[in-house]
Amino acid sequence: MNAFLTQAAKARWPLPALVILGFAIAILSQYQPIFSGYTQIILITIGINIILCASLNLVNGYMGEFSVGHAGFMSLGAYTSAVFTTKWLPDIPMLFPVAVIFGGMIAAIIGFLLALLSFKTRGDYLAIITLAFLMIVKSTWENITYVGGPAGLLGVNKMTTLPWTLFWVVVTILVIRNLIYSKFGRAIIAIREDEIAANAMGVRVREAKILAFVVSSFFGGVAGALYAHLNFINPKYFDIVKSTEILVMVYLGGVSSLGGSILGAVIFTVLFNKLEPLGYWRMAILSAMLIALMLFRPRGIMGMRELTWLLPKRELFPKGVVEKP
Amino acid sequence: MSTLLEIAGVTKRFGGLCAISDCNVSVQTGHAHGIIGPNGAGKTTLFNLITGIYKPTEGAIRFRGESIGGLRPSRIANIGIGRTFQNIRLCKALTVLDNVRIAFDSQLRYSPIEALFRLPRSAHDEQRSIDESMALLQPFGLASHAHDIAGDLPYGLQRKLEIARALALKPDLLLLDEPAAGMNTGETAALTEFLRWVRTEFKVTLVLIEHHMHLVMNLCDHITVLDFGQTIADGTPAEIRANPRVIEAYLGGTEDEQG
Amino acid sequence: MLYDFLYLAQQTINALQQGSIYALIALGYSMVYGVLTMINFAHGDLFMLGAFACMLLAGALAPLFVTFPPFLLFLVVLLLVMAIIGFLGAFIERVAYRPLRGAPRVSAIITALGCGLLIESLTLVAFPYSKSMPTLMRNTTFELAKVADPSGTGAPLTLTITALQIVIIVVSLVLMVALDFLIRKTRWGMAMRAISFDARTVPLMGIPANRIISMTFLIGAGLGGAAGMLYGLAYPVIAPSMGILVGWKAFIAAVVGGIGSIRGAVLGGFILGAVEVLAVVVLPSTYRDLICYSLLLVILIFKPYGLLGHAPNQKV
Repeated sequence: MNAFLTQAAKARWPLPALVILGFAIAILSQYQPIFSGYTQIILITIGINIILCASLNLVNGYMGEFSVGHAGFMSLGAYTSAVFTTKWLPDIPMLFPVAVIFGGMIAAIIGFLLALLSFKTRGDYLAIITLAFLMIVKSTWENITYVGGPAGLLGVNKMTTLPWTLFWVVVTILVIRNLIYSKFGRAIIAIREDEIAANAMGVRVREAKILAFVVSSFFGGVAGALYAHLNFINPKYFDIVKSTEILVMVYLGGVSSLGGSILGAVIFTVLFNKLEPLGYWRMAILSAMLIALMLFRPRGIMGMRELTWLLPKRELFPKGVVEKP
Repeated sequence: MSTLLEIAGVTKRFGGLCAISDCNVSVQTGHAHGIIGPNGAGKTTLFNLITGIYKPTEGAIRFRGESIGGLRPSRIANIGIGRTFQNIRLCKALTVLDNVRIAFDSQLRYSPIEALFRLPRSAHDEQRSIDESMALLQPFGLASHAHDIAGDLPYGLQRKLEIARALALKPDLLLLDEPAAGMNTGETAALTEFLRWVRTEFKVTLVLIEHHMHLVMNLCDHITVLDFGQTIADGTPAEIRANPRVIEAYLGGTEDEQG
Repeated sequence: MLYDFLYLAQQTINALQQGSIYALIALGYSMVYGVLTMINFAHGDLFMLGAFACMLLAGALAPLFVTFPPFLLFLVVLLLVMAIIGFLGAFIERVAYRPLRGAPRVSAIITALGCGLLIESLTLVAFPYSKSMPTLMRNTTFELAKVADPSGTGAPLTLTITALQIVIIVVSLVLMVALDFLIRKTRWGMAMRAISFDARTVPLMGIPANRIISMTFLIGAGLGGAAGMLYGLAYPVIAPSMGILVGWKAFIAAVVGGIGSIRGAVLGGFILGAVEVLAVVVLPSTYRDLICYSLLLVILIFKPYGLLGHAPNQKV
């Protein structure tokens, strides 16, 4: 068994195999009661959190910024996709992916604007701008009666299923992975390392920032769209507390690591639900854990390291080998 | 002999402080051009002006006859000017190979969509990036370190990596900011030979800021001397050595090894 | 005409009250940022603890002070609250932030977030429901002016100021002036400013940097605690969640003023107070947050480093 595991760790087949297996189980679960309703919701929530985590990691981890506004993109995707399926083209299940993409695109447009703002400011100042943006989006929804105002949007169909969630998780990880291991990803990382040097090496910094923000906000919107069709949405849900939760997941799992994002999302969601009976002690325990983690592993559990299965083949250099065979 | 880089009457003011005042430098293609002067004379500021980090308050900077003053640094890098920094600015958390690949990236032509779906052109370009960057590391003795983390390299190798990285841009002009900083006499002599080799091998024109006089006098075809932001002398090493203003401002009476 | 003027004057008084509290909180953020270039996200929750500490202390000490004028109780509770919250702030720095001085900056910020969350959740465990603040003084209302309603139908408009408002504004001003004096005229203040310029060389000059940093946290947290107490007295129903709500707002105010700048924090706090109060004059109250944050965003777009802040110098 041990030999098998070590073989599997070095091989390329496990990840596609796991994905196919996952889809098989997910689709089967729609017809057979493999999971209880509660478990299904937990699994879907894990999926949504993975998407949130991975997308925020792109801007906060790989590009080294500190955006606290991710819940804002989530809310943009949630509300716009919900309006799409309830008020514009109601009750057509086939159009669910279209609605999700629509939510993502709206979020991406706003992400583009935020990227423009990021040209002049960096670091803490950009963090504030993202915070202000988050509050503005929240306030906007509270004041538009068309989407229910402070009471929230009612009558949204529960279209988010396990297979759909898994689909979007795979798309998100794949897209971000392909982006990171390309010249665009290198540009984004170079900006984090040393923006001035990156400029001097011909990196088109502005384009890279736009790409990072747009992709990040798109998938933030996608996660929101999935959430909107899972659970009731109201503006209060998408506030700084939600943004903080996403941040915690990112830094828990590890910055600049997709495997870390998956790990962080899973650990946080599971703990969050398992500890619910503890009431308010739950947050106390989780925050104490976070503090301890930061003191011992400041970059998160898998910070700056990546799951070998996620690396493209050409990036897999065995240590000590100079040239490819 | 043509003029590759021309700095004409450039002045740079930061608020009330005048860092560079009416500076004139003319760099010929194929030369090794030295910029020397006491600390604070404005040498690095001049580099920053050439590479677009600052915009000249007055005057013009011309590269291959065309004005580049005010262009963005990434644009200037892409039209053929590479540089190293006084305080090494490598991507310290990345591998040696990745540092070079970043500079090579502007020569890859695929779009984000092709990257997303890993279409053939992107895969081909990426392989080219790896191969050519590795090839570039070979003569610098860095190939065996390709997958080491750049921040873990010894200081001397980090400096070499910075030069290799700048050369990945395939520049016509290479600006080196104190390449011999922290080196002893032996290392400096080796560096002199090395830079001569770089100039021939990569067909670049060199401009270097340096304090090590042996390096400057032995390597450079032409030297400009700055002091307090102004050009106080300009000529061949022999002329500079004999120039009383230079001796007074900088060399201190006799030819001294600085550093 | 006079009616409108009086109305505006009333709102100005309210804005001053609100702004003073925000300014006190913002000062805590700015001071810490000045010495450590770190956003202390636990600060908002320290503010909240100030209100709760006041509630507990006032309840415990009130019987002892029955024979004394009420202002004495107020003063004692204020000083105790500032001391307790101040030391708590310094303690957090010592235990959670100092070990992370060498680590990536973001880790310290996340730790701060964690500390804030920990404080909030522990308070929630202790007080799951909102509590009401005891009254610490007789809140007399002073009538400053009175004008009849010009349309003749409504009640006359009275320009009033309450004792509590006076206390809040005066206490805040006293604290701010004291802080300004400390920063500009004492050796400690000079050391604080020195650290904000160059943290590495300061110890080389024989200045105990760690002690100065602890003191900065002490004072900053103390001011935040005082603000919490005043806020609790002004809005007598307190809940553990108010740390996040008010804290983040004050943080934006600090940044708009120019984070790291003491004057900026005060300016930002008063601007926020003014905008919050005056926004609802013209528009329905649900738009208040929208106006506030949009205005702050606009200011930041034009002055990315805040009104009194400056871009960090970077040597190339």
